[in-house]
Amino acid sequence: MTGGVGAVVSDPRVWVAIVVIGAFTYGIRLSFIHLFGRIDEVPSGVKRPLRYVPPAVLAALVLPDLVTVGPSVAATLFDERLIAGLVAGAVAWRTENVFATIAAGMGALWLLRFVVLA
Amino acid sequence: MTGMNGGVLDEDLIAGMRDVTPLMLGIVPFALVAGIAAVDAGLTLAEAVGLSVIVFAGASQLAAIDLLGSNAPLAVVIGTAVVINLRMMMYSASIAPYFADYARRTRAGLAYLLTDQAYALSIAEYERNDDRSRWRYYLGAAASLWVVWQIGTVVGVVVGAGVPDAWGLTFAVPLVFLALLVPAMKDRPTTAAGIIGGAIAVVAGGLPLNLGLLVGALCGIAAGMATEVTAS
Repeated sequence: MTGGVGAVVSDPRVWVAIVVIGAFTYGIRLSFIHLFGRIDEVPSGVKRPLRYVPPAVLAALVLPDLVTVGPSVAATLFDERLIAGLVAGAVAWRTENVFATIAAGMGALWLLRFVVLA
Repeated sequence: MTGMNGGVLDEDLIAGMRDVTPLMLGIVPFALVAGIAAVDAGLTLAEAVGLSVIVFAGASQLAAIDLLGSNAPLAVVIGTAVVINLRMMMYSASIAPYFADYARRTRAGLAYLLTDQAYALSIAEYERNDDRSRWRYYLGAAASLWVVWQIGTVVGVVVGAGVPDAWGLTFAVPLVFLALLVPAMKDRPTTAAGIIGGAIAVVAGGLPLNLGLLVGALCGIAAGMATEVTAS
């Protein structure tokens, strides 16, 4: 997350983005619900890639926030975000619970930041 | 309120509200994070709420907020958010037969509320229980999610504005995604999609125009399809 508080306040781009994303997203939601009767089956050319959207997108969202490629391997690995992320990942795998994952990850981050590395 | 019959809340509507309750444990922190991230990126309360009401799709909201906060080009913000939401086309197709008998306007309204959770609950219930009023059950679950999502966003904006930056509250954003990612990698092709998507997004982090996320996601999708072909 870059850009401090106030960085994009009353930026007209924000409302343009909101409205356009909203329109596309509604179109996606409505697509087959609206077309049913005319198109009863999702074409397999559409279905196949859609199956991989959640893991690909979620991983592309997560990893850049956990991994910062540093000047050395050690600098890359000994990163509080990566370590906290690994703890949270283990909890996510064991529990599949959003709340437990957030609690473990934030707890690990605060422990590293305010106790271990303080 | 829709579904009120002679002052008594409709049974099917209540069933949807009841079944969605356990999922709120995941939705509440997610909604709070959406508000916290919005205020951190410099969005106003009105913009944060506008995003939650008009887009109403958590993962794409967080990605859009992140990209807006780092001044990515508008086309990249929109393209990334839309790719993230493409998965809902699967839900639309899967739930469409159950809504086929409803009037066009009813379907248009039900579509707005379509989310991962409302879809998953409703499909499971429709397959299990043929007597349910489909739209009432769906509305009970989906509208509850909508209300909690909006309240959570507002609370997140208010709370987020008051917490010191050192606490790193926005770290909760990747944690939410992590909790959703782990169960999404359920076989070889989906795992390949996740590993390649994540790795490429890290490596492509230095790409101009903040294209890293979009490029990573598209490579991950391609990797999933390629693995599927190799496996079969």
